[in-house]
Amino acid sequence: MAAKFDQTDDSVVVIIGSGAGGGTLANELAQKGVKVVVLEAGKRFEIEDFINDEWDSFTQLAWKDMRTTSGTWRVHRDFPNLPAWIVKAVGGSTVHWAGASLRLQDHEFKTKTTYGSLQGANLLDWPLTLTELEPYYAKAEDKMGVTRTNNIPGLPGNNNYKVLAAGAAKAGYKEFHTGRMAINSQPRDDRGACQQIGFCFQGCKSGAKWSTLYTEIPKGERTNKLEVRPESHVAKIEHDTAGKVTGVVYFDKDGRQQRQKARAVCAAGNSIETPRLLLLSESAKYPNGLANSSGQVGRNYMRHMTGSVYAVFDRPVRMWRGTTMAGIVSDEARHDTKRGFAGGYEMETLSLGLPFIAAFLDPGAWGREFTTALDGYENMAGMWLVGEDMPQENNRITLDVTAKDKWGLPVASVHFDDHPNDVAMRRHAHKAGTTIYETAGATRTFPTPPYPSTHNLGTCRMSDNPRDGVCNKFGQTHDIKNLFISDGSQFTTGGAENPTLTIVTLAIRQAEYIADQMAKNVI
Amino acid sequence: MTSKSVRFDVDRRQFLAGVGTATLVISGTAILHTGEAWGLEVKNLKPETMQTLIKMARDIYPHDRLADRFYAVAIKDYDEKSGSDAATKQMVEKGVAELDALAQKKHGVPYADVGWESERVALLRQIEGGPFFQTVRGGLVVSLYNNKEVWPTFGYEGESAGKGGYINRGFNDITWL
Repeated sequence: MAAKFDQTDDSVVVIIGSGAGGGTLANELAQKGVKVVVLEAGKRFEIEDFINDEWDSFTQLAWKDMRTTSGTWRVHRDFPNLPAWIVKAVGGSTVHWAGASLRLQDHEFKTKTTYGSLQGANLLDWPLTLTELEPYYAKAEDKMGVTRTNNIPGLPGNNNYKVLAAGAAKAGYKEFHTGRMAINSQPRDDRGACQQIGFCFQGCKSGAKWSTLYTEIPKGERTNKLEVRPESHVAKIEHDTAGKVTGVVYFDKDGRQQRQKARAVCAAGNSIETPRLLLLSESAKYPNGLANSSGQVGRNYMRHMTGSVYAVFDRPVRMWRGTTMAGIVSDEARHDTKRGFAGGYEMETLSLGLPFIAAFLDPGAWGREFTTALDGYENMAGMWLVGEDMPQENNRITLDVTAKDKWGLPVASVHFDDHPNDVAMRRHAHKAGTTIYETAGATRTFPTPPYPSTHNLGTCRMSDNPRDGVCNKFGQTHDIKNLFISDGSQFTTGGAENPTLTIVTLAIRQAEYIADQMAKNVI
Repeated sequence: MTSKSVRFDVDRRQFLAGVGTATLVISGTAILHTGEAWGLEVKNLKPETMQTLIKMARDIYPHDRLADRFYAVAIKDYDEKSGSDAATKQMVEKGVAELDALAQKKHGVPYADVGWESERVALLRQIEGGPFFQTVRGGLVVSLYNNKEVWPTFGYEGESAGKGGYINRGFNDITWL
């Protein structure tokens, strides 16, 4: 019998969102005996509901609520109302992620110290070091079953990986393999081994890929301390006259307004909705939104320097067969300004099906140059470039001044301009990826621009000094002791690595802290 | 999207005029493809408009190995939508009329009769920034390529989990590296 808490029960911790941050935090707290209510805006789909079809799956899982955009980024031009491709469902973006699980590097926690002053970049050192996080990274890798850790063998290389590896080797790269992936290469944790289905982005139908949907959440529910309420869209976080949060107001699946009282509130709605919610929760006491004395709520939005390289060969590759992203070249992830930019980037295999390649290879393109590229689809290989982009104060989430959602609340508006460092890095990365494929024998290559952002970070960042950010080293907001940031919004800087492992790691550590503070009655 | 509403059993009599040719012909309110033997009933737009739209669709995303019926299927919804939405009907009829006018001015014939693809593409470039072209192109990128019957032409194999994934179906079968 699953837990069900009363809406007036102010002893529960309310977590907004059920993804890598919210889902992990929920289970970790429940295992420690803390009562948790998770409010998830999306529906609850299970593995049998996932669809091996790109557009149908997108319709099922993607966050499609209206958002607006501005800035010089190409996403604004090509996808003005889709700044991000993330999930609206129980499990959050762990339902559709590719599984790449990398630790941030030591210097990436101290970019201000390491990179120095870059004009226009709002660099800041994390209030955390890699050394402090290492025990929690280890717990996360064990929890998620990351290959190449915990005696878990690496996944076998698929066709797309073999092309990458052949080119990387010939081009002189040294650090490449099939990745550190949260995808079972053999049965583990009551989940089967990868069947190389090739629809990782559409929900893993074998359960081999880790997702909070079928790991953390059911484990938490079995303690009888965790209640998940899907189709519950939180509209406001409320507080008392002392400034402490007291609960949340949300819209249920019938569109009716509900209130859930809380001892503490943890925002894990991903980096666009979390700051939006804090801004929407403005009050007489907090006229700039909750936890915003620094003015940094919504600011420093990062999406990683991204882009892709696709290449056509004179013989078939069939890149769609098998894992979408089990392949990586890490040599360029180092910090080496001789290349003309600070920070580094990873090169990871990536495959899209024909429908998505048509939509994203070169958005807006048409005519024979474009269609001859698609004619080569069967002979195509592909990679994704993911690198550290610079935090800029004016890259930010704000409340749109005119557009409203179906409940009459201002939608999120996402402003983004590339920093010159991002541009230089992307140019270098496109060239490096092209070189790898040409070395492998490609007859034609395509430097694809960034997709709607799947990595969204930094909008409620951690800082030592409350003036510089929104929360402390435990994700606890500087201004309000019982309000926490529990998703990628916490990231002070983005590093070159896919963020999910770090989000899970921070959630494990945050749960320890929250439980400890509650036991001491500080929260 | 499927070819369901493009009929492949058109009355033989309707083909008498066009037997031996492989073109889109108009017969009453239908467009007939005499070469591929299918017909498309056109209810709300002018048949000539649909005919031009099919040509325009191919010129936007030309694949020589894709038969006309795939382009017809990709744009046929404009006819139905024109029945219920006056703005769509006006956008399409006006857009095609404008395209034909540009073609008449430059080549003395309607768009669909301009001989070289490059010449037709040059005409499309003149209307490229407008809402008609953008709507048609944006719709096509999904309606053309998200058709399961088109996928085999490109080698794409579609749904996989129901077949046991690719672990035993060639996920790493590349041999030429």
